[in-house]
Amino acid sequence: MSTQTPDTDETDPQAERMARKEERAAERDEASSKPDVGDDAITLKVFRYDPEVADKQEPRFDTFHVPREPGITVLDALIYARDTYDSSLTFRHSCRQAVCGSDALFINGSQRLGCQTQVADLNDSDTVRVEPLPHREVVKDLVVDMDHFYDQMDAVEPYFSPTEEPDGEQLQSRENREKIKMSTRCIWCGACMSSCNVAAGDNQYLGPAAINKAYRFYFDEREDDERQEERLQIIEQEHGVWRCQTQFSCTTVCPKDIPLTEHIQELKREAVKSNLKFW
Amino acid sequence: MSQSHNRGLVEDFGRWREFSAGMWAWVFHKFTGWVLIGYLFTHIAVLSSALSGGAAYTNTLQGLEQLAVVRVLEVGLLAVAVFHILNGIRLLFVDLGVGLDLDTQEKSFYASLILTGIIVVASVPVFLEGL
Ligand code: HEM
Ligand code: SF4
Ligand code: FES
Repeated sequence: MSTQTPDTDETDPQAERMARKEERAAERDEASSKPDVGDDAITLKVFRYDPEVADKQEPRFDTFHVPREPGITVLDALIYARDTYDSSLTFRHSCRQAVCGSDALFINGSQRLGCQTQVADLNDSDTVRVEPLPHREVVKDLVVDMDHFYDQMDAVEPYFSPTEEPDGEQLQSRENREKIKMSTRCIWCGACMSSCNVAAGDNQYLGPAAINKAYRFYFDEREDDERQEERLQIIEQEHGVWRCQTQFSCTTVCPKDIPLTEHIQELKREAVKSNLKFW
Repeated sequence: MSQSHNRGLVEDFGRWREFSAGMWAWVFHKFTGWVLIGYLFTHIAVLSSALSGGAAYTNTLQGLEQLAVVRVLEVGLLAVAVFHILNGIRLLFVDLGVGLDLDTQEKSFYASLILTGIIVVASVPVFLEGL
């Protein structure tokens, strides 16, 4: 909208042009604030919080109406709401194809990736309720502080690191690749950690994603026994695998279908086997 | 980051409607486990009436068994114990790495619930007999 003060003189052609221009701008504003979303629009309820904006310091839910397109995802709906109604609506996203792991959200009561979740597939596809990941502090709207999650991931030393540098190429057998295949799929979205009741109560618990990472390297045959022993120390520490109470929440929400509980249980058995040796 | 919002832990159990099968299995298992421990104390208290002689013991037991509340509580105790045992067996399989896929673990939980229900219903006539 123009910042110039329009001339009050009716006969001034400049003022007339300005007045017409403002009228058109107002029409455009009107159109964008009330777009035609159709009769079967999706009701999108979004958690809002912003410590820097007076009326958003107390968290609240805002409602947006989004046209129902075939195949529309929750992320699409959020983008529509942001671009159409409120440019301050804040959420992370990047790849839009369940690869980057940046848009794990709490959608209709469950941790899911916004980009991987089609509205039509939700239990309630009329009203979509989007909240930031539970058990993480909210920075703004749907953006949570992921630092603690990344700290837990780093704690298991999530990189290939044999004790001694290999001379040449290190080949992995097909069987071993199969063994760790699922565990390599993690996209660090944090959905599992957010769903875990035990992680919520114990800030030091490594959590499902980190333990799964530990699994990925523990079972990688290209690392030596000494390194494997070190990895087991991390895995079976006080706040490691033994904290898991097999609630299966992580496995239920993981967008990459990693059998997290199975991996945690297998590492528990590895820990028992290495400590109980009667032979 | 200047400030962030902590939603606290309360949200967890406030969301019980959204719990998955595995979460319910966990809640029920903890609950039944602790109820059994609680029962252990009343059990010892009742048994220790035998310290005052055989007659005192018989009187205590007969007195208790005449009360309808006690009979109903006994059915409840059976339900709690049976669920804890059946789901406990399920958890032992989980620890052995058997049936850890989501489908099997959910179904085995529902199976423990249904079996508990059947056993409890079948036991009602026995527990309420002669009231
Ligand atoms: C055949 C009988 C039983 C079986 C198969 C069984 C099995 C189990 C298993 C496998 C767990 C561990 C659950 C987990 O991994 O988190 C457990 C926990 C528990 N059980 Fe039992 N149990 C039995 C009898 C009892 C009895 C008689 C009592 C009480 C006197 C009891 C009290 C508990 C308690 C309190 C817990 C929870 C411990 C905690 O808070 O972590 N159980 N039971
Ligand atoms: S294990 Fe699954 S839910 Fe957890 S961070 Fe990795 S991809 Fe996300
Ligand atoms: S936007 Fe990358 S995982 Fe959803």
